Amino acid sequence: MKPFAFERARNVDHALSLAAAAPGARFLAGGTNLLDLMKLEIEQPDTLIDVGRLPLADISETAGGGLRIGALATNTLVASDPRVRSRYPVLARAILSGSCVQLRNKASMGGNLMQRTRCAYFMDPAMPCNKRLPGSGCSAMGGLSQAIALFGASEFCVAVSASDMSVALAVLDAEVETVRADGSVRRRPVETLHRLPGDAPQVDTDLAPDELILAVELPPPPSGGQVWRKVRARASYVGALASIAVAGDRVALGAVAARPWRARATEAALAGGASPREAAEAELVSASGADGRKSLVRRLATDAIQESRKGGRS
Amino acid sequence: MRTEIRVNGVDHAVDVDTRTSLLDFLREQLDLKGSKKGCDHGQCGACTVLVNGVRINACLSLAVMHDGDEVTTIEGLASGEALHPLQQAFLTEDAFQCGYCTPGQICSAVGLMAEIAAGHPSDATADLNAKVILTDAEIRERMSGNICRCSAYPQILAAVRRAAGAAA
Repeated sequence: MKPFAFERARNVDHALSLAAAAPGARFLAGGTNLLDLMKLEIEQPDTLIDVGRLPLADISETAGGGLRIGALATNTLVASDPRVRSRYPVLARAILSGSCVQLRNKASMGGNLMQRTRCAYFMDPAMPCNKRLPGSGCSAMGGLSQAIALFGASEFCVAVSASDMSVALAVLDAEVETVRADGSVRRRPVETLHRLPGDAPQVDTDLAPDELILAVELPPPPSGGQVWRKVRARASYVGALASIAVAGDRVALGAVAARPWRARATEAALAGGASPREAAEAELVSASGADGRKSLVRRLATDAIQESRKGGRS
Repeated sequence: MRTEIRVNGVDHAVDVDTRTSLLDFLREQLDLKGSKKGCDHGQCGACTVLVNGVRINACLSLAVMHDGDEVTTIEGLASGEALHPLQQAFLTEDAFQCGYCTPGQICSAVGLMAEIAAGHPSDATADLNAKVILTDAEIRERMSGNICRCSAYPQILAAVRRAAGAAA
């Protein structure tokens, strides 16, 4: 691991001023992804700003009947919250299907959103990867990895987001609230927090270096069933081959793009009276990649949409 | 960087290199070699310790992040000669072969018991809004962050089940 300066942020303003003064700095919350990548020297920040002690872990009701989840609420805290479990079960299920308890105990809401791809070639410093080393090429195209993008990929990168949680947040129309050193507060849909790779796959989001996530806000849950499904290579503690979140008439797919992928064509087809299978197909007509993966997503989406129509909240 | 940290009931005020993981700090500076370094990337769970009563992987945390924290390692579980119920359960059920993963397994199971007491659900919980019942499927899911290459999983499951039963 490369040497770095370590700053303990005393409050949000302190954290922001530290970030503004050190362009090569990174905010550190749980550290479960960032420290791992620093050990591999994939991430080499010259300064870590520890925001882990800031008072941003509360989960509170909003005036509009939704829920505001502080950026530092741990994944465990969020998935265990009775309000999340009863009103947003798709979110609790998505979180609980990710990683293992030790990591969820430490991983934060904000950190989960900021985690980087687990593409095997991004994680291997010996291999070309445009996301890790721009211009070096993409080893995943034609490589051995199964988890490559079906949607929104570019000729430079086919990596997918590793966050299960974000898929549920996208289907719930959640928004991310951030603040910058100049005091400006901004809200973005979780759905579009992450950039598609285009010709700059090394840039995951459009957050500025001095922009700190404060909270994620959930609007009231939509009516109808909520369903989470994740397909993976073993029963626990491994990333998704594909996942899906359904909430009412909304559908989001996971592990198929660089961001949680709202299946708008599926949603439109469902609104037009299509069957679950036809609706799944409506999204997949624009998918790239191997037939096997498309088939997996088709069956997964068909099953989950059917399940959601039973009105269950699982 | 100056860091004050309480480990197994003993206060330490130390200067540590910012790069030092909590695991390396425990093993190399405090000579507490119970917590093991398996993968050093949060994939095996051999380094599991309790921080303020919550289980985490010590390899994916920096010592400087734990200023003011209270850490419990495998060395801190027993009361004198009296083993922690989970230590005793692992012996009774013969829940290890080589033993390398065992300190992490036991610390992880201690954390699991607290999480059950707090009512935390898991991926194996059928009804998110009902009281959690600690079935074998629940134990397996909740221990999935701890790998055992000797594959003593049936005995580890039995040990956790035994300790949980004794506590209930």
